[in-house]
Amino acid sequence: MSYLTITDLSVRLAGSPARLLRDVSLTVKSGEVHGLVGESGAGKSMIGKAVLGILPRAVEIASGRIELDGADLLQLPAKEHRRRIGRFCALIPQDPLTALNPSRRIAPQIMNRLTDILGWEASRARKRAAELLDEVHIPDPERVLKSYPHELSGGMRQRILIASAFAAEPKFIVADEPTTALDVTVQKQILKLIREMQARHDTAMLFVTHDLGVVSKVCQSLSVLYAGKVVEATDIATFFRAPAHAYSRALLAATPKYTDPDASLIPVPPTVIEAVRAEVEAADEGWRG
Amino acid sequence: MSDLYAVRDLSLTLPDLTRKPLFGPAPHTEILKGLSFTIRKGAILGIVGGSGSGKSTLGRALVRLLEPTGGSVSFEGRDITHLTEGEIRPLRRRFQMIFQDPMSSLNPRHRVGQLIAAPLRLHGVADPRKAALDALDHVGLPRELAGRYPHELSGGQRQRVGIARAIALKPAFILADEIVSGLDVSSQAQVLVLLERLVADLGLTLAFISHDMSVVRRLCSRVLVLHRGEIVEDAPTAELFANPRAAYTRELLDAIPLPDPDQSWA
Repeated sequence: MSYLTITDLSVRLAGSPARLLRDVSLTVKSGEVHGLVGESGAGKSMIGKAVLGILPRAVEIASGRIELDGADLLQLPAKEHRRRIGRFCALIPQDPLTALNPSRRIAPQIMNRLTDILGWEASRARKRAAELLDEVHIPDPERVLKSYPHELSGGMRQRILIASAFAAEPKFIVADEPTTALDVTVQKQILKLIREMQARHDTAMLFVTHDLGVVSKVCQSLSVLYAGKVVEATDIATFFRAPAHAYSRALLAATPKYTDPDASLIPVPPTVIEAVRAEVEAADEGWRG
Repeated sequence: MSDLYAVRDLSLTLPDLTRKPLFGPAPHTEILKGLSFTIRKGAILGIVGGSGSGKSTLGRALVRLLEPTGGSVSFEGRDITHLTEGEIRPLRRRFQMIFQDPMSSLNPRHRVGQLIAAPLRLHGVADPRKAALDALDHVGLPRELAGRYPHELSGGQRQRVGIARAIALKPAFILADEIVSGLDVSSQAQVLVLLERLVADLGLTLAFISHDMSVVRRLCSRVLVLHRGEIVEDAPTAELFANPRAAYTRELLDAIPLPDPDQSWA
């Protein structure tokens, strides 16, 4: 049963005919992690933002449906839309330092999800915050709860944001390049943690990344985007065994692999880019927004 | 072949401001703990390690943005460890640096042409305008981009501008500090192929700082692995990957997510 269903979603700059997302359709089942991959500017993050209702002001949804647990979000009154997102969705952002308020201690920043969304009393929320930090393997939760963000390492801050994302038991999480700012050994720990938490809480997840290595470790299915268009959508096993689209194959060849340096870091050939551009233009021909 | 750099017992301590008391000086932390190695002319040396391992500090000591507290660094046979700013200035054009984040290392108010020409003017190069355009040719950017501002370029193009600025002075040595970690895979591949070609064409020596072993595998001829300010392994690339000796090197390798769902990743 799919938890999130996006159908023919198109997004554009307000007042401009050019689309940033082009008829994007995808589904994420409960308990499934779906990867969104592509180059910078392909619209990966834009999809997550559209679902969470946090698109920049200048960007508008031109057409399409976003169904979350059966309800079409775009048809809901704004207040109900916000309530549902707040109650059932969460975000794990890319940069843990800018996502945390530098002038507040960690404790209230986790607790406010429990007090504001679930209506818990402060003492109960405080106790749960400590449990959550323990759940994301932070040693000495009491000390960390009293710390300020700058006193903690990057990996530790990302753990805190994961704890806070899972705090109100959301059904759906957008993880927007959550490990791009971290070094490889910390990245591995964080990815394993996200996998563990996601499985334990059975959360549906959109996982935005440009790293196909990361996708192969955390996702069960993926969509490959180019210029806001899904060029290939499939399950992980099929994708890595036999990528169907020429652009997907080129992305795989561009991905660094220390085990196979000769098939690594090959720039996407211009012919492939021309072909995928032509495909995008052809899709625009039939579209009237 | 001769050595471009010879580093002996290099150590560096910096005041740790996170532990500074309200009054009085901050305690010192040892960041580099006696490193010795050489860099051959024409080599591409990879410097890898986790965050906080001291790899950027080492790079900055090589190009003398930081002054070592102990040991010696010699460049082209000359001891540059404690040269004063005035003495080192003429040498600066011989070693250049490319930074991680081109958006914050390129002045947003200057056009690309000015950005590349400014260091050339500073070093008294004849006809800096033409040299800047030549540098754009070298990195495969169209000359029209000279009139653009950094924000008008893509991430990959901006990083090429950073490279153009470094090679415009015709240096002997370039330090590249995590220059592809902010780029997506396809621009990453383009920038690395470009760098490889420039090193061969211009006879450069390159030190490439990275935390990504896969990138290093493809690009570098020799690799230094740094851990907590010490060299834990120094070996030719093929040998290091075939037979990693230090536990920390294996840990770094094991942490890399390969694009292969069957890779066990315990």
